[in-house]
Amino acid sequence: MIMRQWLARPARALTGLWLFAVLAAAWWVTSAGSTSPFFPPLETILRRLYQLWFAGSAKQQLASSLAHFALGYAIAAVAGIGIGALLWSLRRVREATSPFVYFLYVLPTPVLVPAIMTIFGIGFAMKVVIIAFAAVWPTLLNTLDGMNGVDPVKLDSARVLGLSGPAMVRSVVLPAAGPQIVAGLRNSLQVSIILMVVSEIVASTGGIGYFILTAQQNFSFVDMWTGIIVLALIGTVLNLAFVLAEHWVLHWHYGARATEGKR
Amino acid sequence: MSRVSRSQPPGRSGAAAGGTPAAGAPVVSLHSVRKAYRAGGSAERVALGEVTFDVGRGEFVCVVGPSGAGKTTLLRCMAGLAAPTSGEARFEGAPLRRVPDQVGVVFQDYSRSLYPWLTVSRNVALPLKVRGVDRAARAARIEEVLRSVSLADVGRQYPWQLSGGMQQRVAIARALACHPELLLMDEPFASVDAQTRFELEDLILALREEFSVTVVFVTHDIDEAIYLADRIVVLSASPGTVTEIVDVALPRPRDQITSKGDERFARHREHIMSLVMSRSAAARAARRD
Repeated sequence: MIMRQWLARPARALTGLWLFAVLAAAWWVTSAGSTSPFFPPLETILRRLYQLWFAGSAKQQLASSLAHFALGYAIAAVAGIGIGALLWSLRRVREATSPFVYFLYVLPTPVLVPAIMTIFGIGFAMKVVIIAFAAVWPTLLNTLDGMNGVDPVKLDSARVLGLSGPAMVRSVVLPAAGPQIVAGLRNSLQVSIILMVVSEIVASTGGIGYFILTAQQNFSFVDMWTGIIVLALIGTVLNLAFVLAEHWVLHWHYGARATEGKR
Repeated sequence: MSRVSRSQPPGRSGAAAGGTPAAGAPVVSLHSVRKAYRAGGSAERVALGEVTFDVGRGEFVCVVGPSGAGKTTLLRCMAGLAAPTSGEARFEGAPLRRVPDQVGVVFQDYSRSLYPWLTVSRNVALPLKVRGVDRAARAARIEEVLRSVSLADVGRQYPWQLSGGMQQRVAIARALACHPELLLMDEPFASVDAQTRFELEDLILALREEFSVTVVFVTHDIDEAIYLADRIVVLSASPGTVTEIVDVALPRPRDQITSKGDERFARHREHIMSLVMSRSAAARAARRD
């Protein structure tokens, strides 16, 4: 019953695939027989994509990129929710740190890349730090905002039931702010993917961003296009996985909203 | 102090922090409780004037008054959710500093007080978990209270899948799960239709017997107050003070048709109505000046 509820939405989203199919077909038709080195035929790109990324060894590039992404995003998610909850609990600290938090939030992370490189070198740690640092803000601020917006009656009820301190945060505040926290996590996911590529373009000897950049610099435009398509596919798969997880975790939220609409 | 003598089942008293209260000692005792928001500042707003009354063990006390009289503020002070600006609120003899373990509260809006991410059973389980009741005892208690509110079969559903009346029953079950000494209810039936309201009124009278719990019930509905209460505390318009405490002379068990048809019911209603109306009219006149 619930299983079907949280599968229904992603399933509906898939019906939007027709536009995607039309555009892909249009690309295929218009690029067929193209002799431009910059816009090779889609057929050529897809053949090369299979050679490189499925049959070939380019998928090793992917493994290192995804490892950076997974660790960076995980740190951002845990730190964002954790620090957000901590700041919510400690009103004084929150008020004291709020200007600083927003100061860091508006700072575009790519400008910090040179500084982070200086400190962490150009290896694994640097990329993870860049991703985590950029992706922590949407989750942190949404957690804080969501927790500030929890219905006071829910908090009164919690106190009446005997909850306080960490138990109250875990059992009431966190789930009540859940929908907004998840919205923050989703933003952080996007930021993580972007910074995964940026960190590899700026300074790297591997990874999918590095692959796309070197292909372009070597005039291997077909290879470059395969990298872009693979990246788009990865982004799509990650987003889809996120939506599935979201509907599983927040099934109560969507269920309650749906019944509210009926009344 | 208690005006209604009712024998206590064994093992129900003496659980209070600070020792066993003397027999007949009030469960709640309010002494000159006054609550002002932004106290001391130029924007001070007095929500509750000086209120003094006691609630005896086993009593059913209703608080009525015009809107804005500070009924909810009074209830929050009795629950330990809000500290009085001056005066003192005591629970079983001890000054209230936090919500005591032996107090259950039912809020007006069940859609806000119940947790939509928990099933009905888990909502009811929450206060039991906090108090360290083990799994088997928890399951038994959940079944017991849900059966008491006639919701034996909905444990696995979510609150938002139920009707309004059923949701408020869940909130009542959750408040009773730990067998509180005192049940505080803040206009609990204001958001349900009239038919459901009568059912819930009878339910709460039955539960009061079953759990032998002291009840303080805030309402703006005078008929409801007379039907339910042993005593009615009538508050004046803002800022609320006690206008009169009315003893309800209606026999128990009460019944929606005969009790409300009783001539004493009509007399009480006329009396309380005139108290509330004249007071709020006077307050309006005072505000105009």
